[in-house]
Amino acid sequence: MVEFALPANSRVQTGKTYKAPAGAKKVKSFKIYRYDPDSGANPRLDTYEIDLDACGPMVLDALLKIKNEIDSTLTFRRSCREGICGSCAMNIDGANTLACLKPIEDIKGDAKIYPLPHMPVIKDLIPDLTVPYAQLASIKPWMQTQTPPPPDGERLQSPEEREKLDGMWECILCFCCQTSCPSYWWNGDRYLGPAVLLQAARWIHDSRDEMTGERLDALEDPFKLYRCHTIMNCTKTCPKGLNPAQAIGSIKTKLLQRGV
Amino acid sequence: MTTLRSPIGRARGLGSAKSGMGHHWSTIITAVGMIPLTLWFVVSIAGLAGADHAVFTAWIAKGANAALLILTIGLTCYHASLGLTMVIEDYVSCKAKKFAALLATKLIAALLAVGMSVSILKVAIGG
Repeated sequence: MVEFALPANSRVQTGKTYKAPAGAKKVKSFKIYRYDPDSGANPRLDTYEIDLDACGPMVLDALLKIKNEIDSTLTFRRSCREGICGSCAMNIDGANTLACLKPIEDIKGDAKIYPLPHMPVIKDLIPDLTVPYAQLASIKPWMQTQTPPPPDGERLQSPEEREKLDGMWECILCFCCQTSCPSYWWNGDRYLGPAVLLQAARWIHDSRDEMTGERLDALEDPFKLYRCHTIMNCTKTCPKGLNPAQAIGSIKTKLLQRGV
Repeated sequence: MTTLRSPIGRARGLGSAKSGMGHHWSTIITAVGMIPLTLWFVVSIAGLAGADHAVFTAWIAKGANAALLILTIGLTCYHASLGLTMVIEDYVSCKAKKFAALLATKLIAALLAVGMSVSILKVAIGG
């Protein structure tokens, strides 16, 4: 579903400005997307001037400072503040990343912060991720086997087999890649997207899983898998340095190996 | 339309079409095949720069040239139809328009391929 312009009720308007306290020396402006569905008003871009001398180094520190000291209505997800939970994924300075891993000093000029793109917005910086979560569940991201587990231990895997999962198991499901993908923007209802396909690849390449063929069957579809056009936004934006595009390529290779 | 269908129901949708690999593989084969054919075509036409109609038709009439030209036309039209199909599927969401565009793409590509091939054969065989 190509949409080149926002609907009238989604167009972002200029919002309020919260000035820095008098005497602040190292002031930086944070322009933050605000949307409250209960108000019925259009989204707006509020400006918060922060004294960086009285703020932690990361964008999440600035957001917490705003929420704690300036405007408690600012709404965003956060939890671990160290790049493991994936909660604080948002669009910062034009790229999807984790607010807790993004240093403020890396942003030139005003810091512009929006929710993850092309998702319905629940409030402010919180996107509705219901669809990506359901898509993740649809690929059955757990081990599926025919043989019963060994009675006296776990299912074994050689170090070489385990190494094949490196670069995939580290995904924290922040959906930065998923929502950076133009193919997912246009066809997010049918294309599974890079984060979900990375997880699909993680199980396809797991030597202990015995349903590889069924997994490939479920993915061989012009939309579920082949909407990936190797645009590479996913790999460029991943805050964990993973390569979903390569993982998707590996699924296509497996299908070729099976069919050719 | 408002839907109360569960998110997982929507995500699973109609299931897998069990196709897509063929389209992907055909795109790769035609793309690889077009590299030498396009180079041959460009070099050949550059070599004929300034030639008159008779020289051109004599060049086409050579069996190898006619065969390679028809192969180039076939691969190019097929590759173009595969690529345009992808673009239409990406950007056209209205089902009726999508169906019409996909149909037109395939038919026009086939028409162009057949039409150009017949023209080459007509020159080559001298009809």
